[in-house]
Amino acid sequence: MTPNQESSTTNEKDRHPERSAAEPKDLRFARPATETPSPQQQSFLRRALLTTDHRAIGHQYLVLALISVAIGTILSLLMRLHLTWPDRVLPFHGPILPEDYLALVTFHGTLMIFYVLTTAPQSGFGNLILPSQIGARHMAFPRLNAAAFWLTAAALVTLLSATFAPGGGPISGWTAYPPLSAIASAGPGQGLGMDLWLASVTLFSIATTIASVNTLTTVIRNRCEGMSWERLPLTVWGWFTAALLSLLAFSVLLAALLLLFCDRHAGTSFFIPTGDLTNGTLHGPGNGSPLLWLHLFWFFGHPEVYIAILPGMGLTSMILGNFSRRRIFGYRIMILTTLLIGFLGILVWGHHMFVAGLNPFAGTAFSISTMAIAIPAAAKVLSWLATIWRSRPEYKTAMLFALGFVSLFVTGGLTGPILAQPILDQYLHNTFFVVAHFHLIMAMAGVFGLFAATYYWFPQITATANNPGRLMSETLGRIHFWGTILGAYATFLPMHITGLEGEPRHYAQLTGIPNQAGLLLATTLPLQHFITWAAVFLATAQLPFLLNLFLSLRNGKPAPPNPWQATTLEWAPVPSPDETIAVYRAPCQYLEGNNEATFQPQWVSDQIAE
Amino acid sequence: MPGTLTPIDTERRPQRRPERRTDDPDHGDGGNGRRPPTDKRTGGGGDNDNWNDRPQGSRGPREKLKRYRLGVFFALAGDLMFFVAIVSAFFVSQASGRFDAYNNYINQWLPTAIPPVLWLNTGVLLLSSVTAEIARRKMFNQIDAMEEWFGLGRPTSRRAMPWLAATAFLGLLFLAGQWLAWHQLNLQHVFMASNVSSHFFFLITGVHGLHLVLGVAALIGALFGLHYSSQVEDRQIIVDCSVWYWHSMGIFWMFLFTLLAFFQ
Repeated sequence: MTPNQESSTTNEKDRHPERSAAEPKDLRFARPATETPSPQQQSFLRRALLTTDHRAIGHQYLVLALISVAIGTILSLLMRLHLTWPDRVLPFHGPILPEDYLALVTFHGTLMIFYVLTTAPQSGFGNLILPSQIGARHMAFPRLNAAAFWLTAAALVTLLSATFAPGGGPISGWTAYPPLSAIASAGPGQGLGMDLWLASVTLFSIATTIASVNTLTTVIRNRCEGMSWERLPLTVWGWFTAALLSLLAFSVLLAALLLLFCDRHAGTSFFIPTGDLTNGTLHGPGNGSPLLWLHLFWFFGHPEVYIAILPGMGLTSMILGNFSRRRIFGYRIMILTTLLIGFLGILVWGHHMFVAGLNPFAGTAFSISTMAIAIPAAAKVLSWLATIWRSRPEYKTAMLFALGFVSLFVTGGLTGPILAQPILDQYLHNTFFVVAHFHLIMAMAGVFGLFAATYYWFPQITATANNPGRLMSETLGRIHFWGTILGAYATFLPMHITGLEGEPRHYAQLTGIPNQAGLLLATTLPLQHFITWAAVFLATAQLPFLLNLFLSLRNGKPAPPNPWQATTLEWAPVPSPDETIAVYRAPCQYLEGNNEATFQPQWVSDQIAE
Repeated sequence: MPGTLTPIDTERRPQRRPERRTDDPDHGDGGNGRRPPTDKRTGGGGDNDNWNDRPQGSRGPREKLKRYRLGVFFALAGDLMFFVAIVSAFFVSQASGRFDAYNNYINQWLPTAIPPVLWLNTGVLLLSSVTAEIARRKMFNQIDAMEEWFGLGRPTSRRAMPWLAATAFLGLLFLAGQWLAWHQLNLQHVFMASNVSSHFFFLITGVHGLHLVLGVAALIGALFGLHYSSQVEDRQIIVDCSVWYWHSMGIFWMFLFTLLAFFQ
């Protein structure tokens, strides 16, 4: 044996003691293993901190997202509480002051959009499922993957610590418009609190960029034999497009954050206008413009919401096809619409700025591009409907949530073209109509995608080396589904009405306002009450889910192999270390008829009829 | 024994695979009909020898390199977007005016004259790219790499190390020159907060300099890697990726320097 071969074998024996050394291995291009030593040799803490196993990292992201969504939900309930009963005093805190309300708004938005909707679908479920769906054994850069997670965790800790900063937490919203965000004396909490928010989002941006580099390289280089681009599951296309968008968008956010940091601490005036008088202090010479921040932020901010929703769209397609035993209607068109939504999403950022003082012609241009993006989105909806039309599907909980995704996407999406008209947006901007729109289409639909993923992939989440996975309880799942969808519609549909009636966003006080404004807002009060109670109901409806989750982790029914009789590769039997992973066809191939027995998984090499 | 050996059965596993599909790019004739396969290189698929058919990890000596290069490419693409955002803010701020108290439209952009040492720095950076490329090519010298793979010393590292060290040295020289430029401007009372144009001057040179600090750190890391890393493949990758990053920072600098010198 050559010295080189010997050293490779020694390395492999040390790192994989379970492999026999007698097997002939193709050592011509052998590489030593790059991942941490065998788990039995390390303590739990070291394993958790140093693991580069993509499944473990996926679990870590999901736990982080679960913590964030719990905190974010509590914050939103506090917001509703304050709007409806403004004089209510919180135990251990006192009354909710206006700056407290705005801090609630800021943390709610930041936590939910960044730490729930950007982490869980893309990095949480992506890390867990993407490698197995493309037939890879690892992600492309496992150590980078781990680094991205720990940066995200550090970012979350930094954000939560902003609550305890002297002066309080930041109040400029997740959008951080200057001059409020650029001048420390502009409001309570805009000093250290705002700096901590900046640090948190900066760390998060770097982490997400790293994670997206990992995802993109994995999808391009680590696919197994036979996995051509057209055979990739639509979930992978969703993750791939979202990673592309992440790469482009978060870099721009990083630039904007850097400029804002310079404005705050280096005496520059990128965003601070000349002669800005804030709290008795004159800031100038400036020559900056808050509009520059709006452009930079929303150039990031709009692709961000597509990053949040694209994986869910891919998953919905696959789940609908799975449970209705049908091929996806127009598979290539679905791939194309995924890419098209990603691309067009970069061109529409101005629709967040219709009332910011843009040139009206620019408003028209953005209005047209925004309406254009409704075309691929509508094509997706039609494909979902055509896939399940007259198919008599099996209504498992995952299927219910996928159908709920379609419903919420349509409902939320219908108000999109309304808001895309600049002249309508003049009235509706910053009203609760906008709040209703994005909560239905992004928050609720996105979260339904996450729930569908959890119920569908629970066997994958809970599978270990010794244990095939478990299933979640269908009964609790149904209760959860119906409670959530009724609660979601009950909470957010009336917001359209209150928004049309003129209820503004971000106002800490909607009662006790003098004159006509007060009369206008007073007419929205009954609906406000209803919305608050519906929100409490919605939050309560999540308790069956948490109960289901924790019960099923230990005591759930053991899952049979391929419990949903799916065709995608993550449900294939776990390949042995020496086996070649290969796929032979596109996913969702079902023979004629609604027969459970007639489906061809991607990994089975039977001859099939074209 | 016959004078020549003619392989008669080049189909290695004819029965186990299903019919070659025309949409599968790794196999078959790609829909050309009954034409011979087009890629005759080893591992290209011409002789049923497609390396992409092999399991991951066994796809050829370039497999890992291609993966790392792709990662570096995407990271640089993100970095490019970062600089594009700053440059577009530059153009927007340059063209933005305001209305003063007397309703006159004024634009307070006063171009910052770049210190001439910046020209010298640009030359130094270009030279460092040249030395970096020499180092990178020495890592891939075919005969040296093969000898190293056999375990006969480390000729590639030995040859590339001085050029890498020269690149790092020139990079540090560039950074010193940038600091000198900053110092010269400060002596003339031009600070970051002085004017909108100086905001951008200091920001752009500062951010680029920070990237170059990371680049020098990567080069030093590469030097350590040449010494301590055990696989020739890994040594090639660490040098290749560091140098590609270095070249990209050089190219970015060309654009940024042109912006600062001619577009203020």
